[in-house]
Amino acid sequence: MHRSLVRLLMVLALGFAAPLALASGGDDVYPLDTDADRERFQTLIKELRCPKCQNQNIADSDAPIATDMRNEVYRMVQDGAPNEEVVSALVDRFGEFVRYKPGFDSRTALLWLMPLIVVLIGVSVVASIVIRSRNNPEDGGSLSDEQRRQAEAILRDKP
Amino acid sequence: MKRLFLFIPVVIAVVLGVFLYAGIGKDPNKLESARIGQPVPAFELADLNDPGRQLTPDIFLGQVSLLNVWGTWCPACRDEHGDLVWLAEEKGIPIIGLNYKDNRNLALRWLQDLGDPYQVSLFDPQGRLGFDLGVYGAPETYIVDKKGMIRYRHVGVVNEKVWREDLEPRIRRYQEEG
Repeated sequence: MHRSLVRLLMVLALGFAAPLALASGGDDVYPLDTDADRERFQTLIKELRCPKCQNQNIADSDAPIATDMRNEVYRMVQDGAPNEEVVSALVDRFGEFVRYKPGFDSRTALLWLMPLIVVLIGVSVVASIVIRSRNNPEDGGSLSDEQRRQAEAILRDKP
Repeated sequence: MKRLFLFIPVVIAVVLGVFLYAGIGKDPNKLESARIGQPVPAFELADLNDPGRQLTPDIFLGQVSLLNVWGTWCPACRDEHGDLVWLAEEKGIPIIGLNYKDNRNLALRWLQDLGDPYQVSLFDPQGRLGFDLGVYGAPETYIVDKKGMIRYRHVGVVNEKVWREDLEPRIRRYQEEG
């Protein structure tokens, strides 16, 4: 019993370790000098979207165009270009589409502000309910005094 | 006042309906080109037919032309090739070919076998110009105006219908410009 549990744990650990090994092996294709650059490169290719196989970033995509884009990002990171410059170089060619994080402008304003708008609507609905219930604290208000006495009598009579 | 609130679900449904209906039939694979209204990116590429001759964006000046991106590895390019030959021969439209990520010998044999609709053929084995143009899937066809500005991009096969509905009216309009 105990041994089989240990074995199970080992198998699980292997399962977690294998993808890690693969991920670190991937760096060798794009060798960079510093850890900071490596991290920057990985972040950038995860934030850029492949125009051919949509809904994949260029890190995951096997499309030739994604390879070209990775190579360009790699070249620019090697040259020490800042992140914004790398992203805008690709946006200039392929359009805003390639950004998973679009910039804030008139076309994307609704997209960025929507969470705020929804929260504001939610807060105002809750606030209006709270305020309304405060204005008439005895919210049995629809009962007349006569009915209220009747109701209390019924409740008292209950065995 | 309370009655009006009862209509909120209806209003939401109508708004959502209009929004979603507008999306029906839209091809999500068609992307707007970031290069519209900009000059053709700078390049210096060899002529496909004449490796010694270097070509620059000057070849676009003075005429409204089509820039057609193709390769022998692209099955849809074979589909549209007959229509390009038809456009060049029957309609007299100047077409500049961009042979993209291809092999020169294969490309030359293709033009020999299927006909050569191109006024000039650029040879771009590394795909540099294609990348600068933002080509994400061949075939792509651009309309370039007399000043060498990119005015329109069509992604996919050019056929008679695309010509009639999308390309011809635009080309006519750009030809009338100064």
